[in-house]
Amino acid sequence: MSCRAVFTIAVVLILGIGGFSPAHAVRPDEIMSDPVKEARARHLSRELRCMVCQNQSIDDSDAPLARDLRLLVRERIAAGDSDTQVLDFLVARFGEFVLLKPRLNSHTYLLWLLPPLGLVAGGAVLWLYHRRRTQAARGEQEALALTPDEEARLERLLATEFPSREAN
Amino acid sequence: MIAECGHYALVLALALSLIQSIVPLFGAHWRDVALMNVARSTALAQFLFVALSFGALVILHVTSDFSVENVFENSHSLKPMIYKITGVWGNHEGSMLLWVSILALFGSLVAAFGNNLPLTLRARVLSVQAWIASAFYLFILLTSNPFLRIGTPPMEGKDLNPVLQDIGLAVHPPMLYLGYVGFSIAFSFAIAALIEGRIDAAWARWVRPWTLVAWIFLTLGIAMGSYWAYYELGWGGWWFWDPVENASLMPWLAGTALLHSAIVMEKRNALKVWTVLLAILTFSLSLLGTFLVRSNVLTSVHAFALSPARGVFILMILCLFIGGGLSLYAWRASELKQGGLFAPISREGALVLNNLFLTCACATVFVGTLYPLALEVLTGEKISVGAPFFNLTFAPLCLLLLMALPFGPLLAWKRGDLLGAAQRLLAAGIVALVVTAVIWAWTRGGASLAPLAIGLAIFVIGGAVSDLVDRVGLFRLPLGTVWRRAWGMPRSNWGTAFAHAGVGIALIGIVCESTWNSEYIATMKPGDVAEITGYQLKLEGLDERPGPNYREIAARFQVSLDGRTLGTLAPSKRNFTTRGSSTTETALMSRGLSQLYVSLGDLSGQAMAVRIYYKPMVLLIWFGPILMAIGGLLSLSDRRLRIGAPRPALGSRRLQAAE
Repeated sequence: MSCRAVFTIAVVLILGIGGFSPAHAVRPDEIMSDPVKEARARHLSRELRCMVCQNQSIDDSDAPLARDLRLLVRERIAAGDSDTQVLDFLVARFGEFVLLKPRLNSHTYLLWLLPPLGLVAGGAVLWLYHRRRTQAARGEQEALALTPDEEARLERLLATEFPSREAN
Repeated sequence: MIAECGHYALVLALALSLIQSIVPLFGAHWRDVALMNVARSTALAQFLFVALSFGALVILHVTSDFSVENVFENSHSLKPMIYKITGVWGNHEGSMLLWVSILALFGSLVAAFGNNLPLTLRARVLSVQAWIASAFYLFILLTSNPFLRIGTPPMEGKDLNPVLQDIGLAVHPPMLYLGYVGFSIAFSFAIAALIEGRIDAAWARWVRPWTLVAWIFLTLGIAMGSYWAYYELGWGGWWFWDPVENASLMPWLAGTALLHSAIVMEKRNALKVWTVLLAILTFSLSLLGTFLVRSNVLTSVHAFALSPARGVFILMILCLFIGGGLSLYAWRASELKQGGLFAPISREGALVLNNLFLTCACATVFVGTLYPLALEVLTGEKISVGAPFFNLTFAPLCLLLLMALPFGPLLAWKRGDLLGAAQRLLAAGIVALVVTAVIWAWTRGGASLAPLAIGLAIFVIGGAVSDLVDRVGLFRLPLGTVWRRAWGMPRSNWGTAFAHAGVGIALIGIVCESTWNSEYIATMKPGDVAEITGYQLKLEGLDERPGPNYREIAARFQVSLDGRTLGTLAPSKRNFTTRGSSTTETALMSRGLSQLYVSLGDLSGQAMAVRIYYKPMVLLIWFGPILMAIGGLLSLSDRRLRIGAPRPALGSRRLQAAE
């Protein structure tokens, strides 16, 4: 489909319905004075979802909600929270939906384990298949090979057809 | 009148398509040449009528006929001509019409250039193609008619979404559709082969060029879309792992796997069953993309449940073709004979490994995209899967694939020599290690993964180059001989090297951009100077100026480096009165392969919020895919593919000659 087109439509529609003017993601007045803390805030922002947007992180989004969340993250960091504490705080308030990287729990085992398991299972299937194919091919060759009885019969036939061989 | 003609032409196309879906099948069954030839003429006529219908919609948009609902909703009399034309497919109904037009185009191309196909195969392929077409004609006519009239025509249209008023809309959707829909040919060939119950190396040789064409367009379409998002959306990102993007990435991954497995089938008559499955899956993923985007199911499960007509219709088409295709496969695939044997370490083995990684990567994207949907439907729990998830799962798979990539083309068919291949890659490996060490020392223990990833990219590029050097005998043979060998080498070898090098080049761009991107976010008044990685950007002033259907505020930045003026950058904010919405127009300045990127935020009094980025090596991200597409074109121009597959009578002999 016209992916980008529809994506942009979706973005604009969502922004339009919310009734806010498109501004920029991180705004100058939000930035923290301590560059280390600001870097942590930016890093965390990239893992948090703007919940009124389609799959955008709060670091990218222009929505007022994203701005509120960004300020909240910075507030928690300024208050001395660790990264995990900030995330826990937000999940307690907004649910797992706010995390762009879902946590590993009974509901997301399949999601996280499928890529590595797929690779391992795929490899195993290929190996088994290869073994079966080579064995089958060897079996075919063995089936084609003559048994001692057949060898003897062949000898006899050749002997009757070409008596000269016997002489040699 | 034009709208009615367009509508009628579409109905006629449906009628022709229905004939084409049935008659040639019976013809192929009864070996009736006349009935089989119906496929050819209906496919050509069908394309003619769809083209007429599409042309009618273009005329309606160009002449701003607001009595047609589609034009009223998406156009404006003051809109520049180019956007009046591109606006035709900037909406749901029009884009579906473009979709079927391209489908009919591909069908007519098979009809016109498929003279060397066996008659029964051609009839069946075109029939399957017509099944798909019929389903989508019905979809358009029943749920998304672009030719609907309005009782009392309004004076003025509602204008096209401003974000779409960009040259990107002229190129990106048609390219993407040529890719998406192009895979329908591979699907039709696979289904036709399953119906025939016969498949051989010649089949792969017919399918490969069509897949290659679709793949080239999809590669360029995705790259183009990424660049469009980069400069239009204004926050400097070029890939967002958005479900809609993933919808286009999945067919690309599957299509890339298909291209590679078709090589094994063509050369060694092996992997037949798998190749047919991939052909079905690739187009199924294209259909899935259509469903995801067109049904609004991504925005919210509830939005889908509220206005389900379109979504349910596409879901039915999806189930019919994917379910039908896979059932037919399950039923008939066992009748396809297995081909030649090969050792695990061989060209075939390498291509199988490529397929394993690509399908796993595709499955990862698939799960990441659909898991939240499925979980919400099943348990009501809402989770998000975004960029951080894909960076942790998809990226490692790709890196593993890239490590193995340079070995593939160096291994011999049937039984390869891994040690020999490693020896021939020694030079590339040493260069890669040196580059890694230099970057490591230069960035002094910054990000530790970035130098390694760049080293890997260099290894991939070096591998492609050393493969070429090896084949033409550079440094071993006299230059004249080298020249002759380079000229005489099959173009597909050049294609492989170009495409593989393109992957490495894109990787360098991705790593550099995401690791060493610098940004400057501030509020600036006229006269202020921003400094970023040595460049000074002085805000000289803010100008207000009118455009054809908008007003804009543009900022003038003078860019200088070490006191030397390089030029001006003029990013702007546009306000579209009709829709009451605004867009940001970023300004870009390329410095070699890197770019300065400026976009504007809100104006408060005389102060303007600005974001300035310096993005090192960012252009490589898109040069990579362009190089891949060039590789695809070179491969397409290979003599073996150009002359097409030989007729069966000559088949065995020429096939051997190609080995």
